[in-house]
Amino acid sequence: MWILGTLFYEGGAALLRAQLYYQMTPPPGDDGGLANAIGGSLVIVGTATLLGTPVGILAGTYLAEYGKKSWLAAATRFLNDVLLSAPSIVIGLFVYTVYVARAKHFSGLAGAIALALIVIPVVVRTTDDMLKLVPNSLREAAVALGCPTWKMIVLVTYRAARTGILTGILLALARISGETAPLLFTALNNQFWSLDLNRPMSNLPTVIFQFAMSPYADWHRLAWGGAALITLAVLGLNDVARVLFTRKD
Amino acid sequence: MNRPLIRTALRAGEPAPAVAELPAKLRVRHLNFYYGAYQALHDITLDIPANRVTAFIGPSGCGKSTLLRSFNRMYSLYPDQHAEGEVLLDSVNIIELARDLPLIRAKIGMVFQKPTPFPMSIYDNIAFGVRLFERLSKRQMDERVEWALTRAALWPEVRAKLEQSGDSLSGGQQQRLCIARCIAIKPEVLLLDEPCSALDPISTARIEELITELKNDYTVVLVTHNMQQAARVSDYTAYMYLGQLIEYGDTDTIFIKPQSKQTEDYITGRFG
Repeated sequence: MWILGTLFYEGGAALLRAQLYYQMTPPPGDDGGLANAIGGSLVIVGTATLLGTPVGILAGTYLAEYGKKSWLAAATRFLNDVLLSAPSIVIGLFVYTVYVARAKHFSGLAGAIALALIVIPVVVRTTDDMLKLVPNSLREAAVALGCPTWKMIVLVTYRAARTGILTGILLALARISGETAPLLFTALNNQFWSLDLNRPMSNLPTVIFQFAMSPYADWHRLAWGGAALITLAVLGLNDVARVLFTRKD
Repeated sequence: MNRPLIRTALRAGEPAPAVAELPAKLRVRHLNFYYGAYQALHDITLDIPANRVTAFIGPSGCGKSTLLRSFNRMYSLYPDQHAEGEVLLDSVNIIELARDLPLIRAKIGMVFQKPTPFPMSIYDNIAFGVRLFERLSKRQMDERVEWALTRAALWPEVRAKLEQSGDSLSGGQQQRLCIARCIAIKPEVLLLDEPCSALDPISTARIEELITELKNDYTVVLVTHNMQQAARVSDYTAYMYLGQLIEYGDTDTIFIKPQSKQTEDYITGRFG
């Protein structure tokens, strides 16, 4: 509560200024907003989710429906848990080494890849867990009707587990929305409006990091505003996830 | 020993023909079943007569459900389970079948102990299985859904709420929904694995009536813990114990003058 209170006390005023949403990040002393950072964040987080979710769901499905207790599934689960608890800065450095260093430039895509690597283990874990909660009797009932395994998974077990899986995706989304470390080495930052995935891209967490470290009061205000904005978005996502999870249809 | 050990629905004076005299729908030959290294069925051989209700009775763990689940290869979902021998459906050995397993399973419907409605509407629960094998127009599908629900004696209760989730029904209704889902794809054999064990007496009575009606069109195999139920609804009864088939014959004989001492002990409740 204290954190939230401080955050909105300091950032609330900035949130209410319209420039925040349509002006670019300014040089010190000038007036400006966070439009490029907001746009960049949306693109990077969106791309990361699009990259990470299918991989995560497929891997989770393999674990719960096909691999079950085989050694390969056990090994995959173990590695996934390692990835799940890997410090995000390590993931940032990894993408820097294998992608940024070779491409010889920072880019939004590199940032999205780094964030996708954070999304994947979360989605794998929730998909695996949620599919395991689906009772075997439901699978047997579908198979007894003459349903092939893949159709049984797509039409019956996914449907039974869909709110759980969706919740996992939303929680992963909320988690990466605030990640700073993996973006420092990958997407870097950009003072200008750019949604080109192949170029450095501005994003809220790094802007907050950079502005908050600066000695300028107006940059501080913008950093507070950005922080408040991310917090609101994450709270909203968590709320949606909770509503979805508790709703029974 | 001509006094009935338990009251059966005695088919007034008309003696039931012996199993061997009837055309068999399923022929089981020397079936052995294994859970990993543990052998759960020992050399089972029997014929399931067409258009009759056959009941498997016996104490828990005697292998009656296992036997039923080998008729549609349910065990193939679990890699550590396997069977050896023959289960012939119209001369196709189900146990050896590599491909076309879904097609065979569509011919052999199964209803489980606990009702298992799919997480979708009542309508889609029925249409799900039909869509796997047939392409029907909306109108044909509506007709099929109504037909199946009517056969399962559920139509009057759900006709107004076909779009509601199958989970919203009561336990007895859910079980009838599962039976409807099963017959919607027009199988030839119906396997019922203790279909009434989770239901109240009224729902049980409805399902038993239904079973008696269904045998006109289907071959019904019923696993039950409830001997009165076996006596009430089945034409033929098999008593199993410890993975062996102890006795098999028409229901009246099994319940009135069983050949085997073990069967008699079980039926009279003297069994340990």
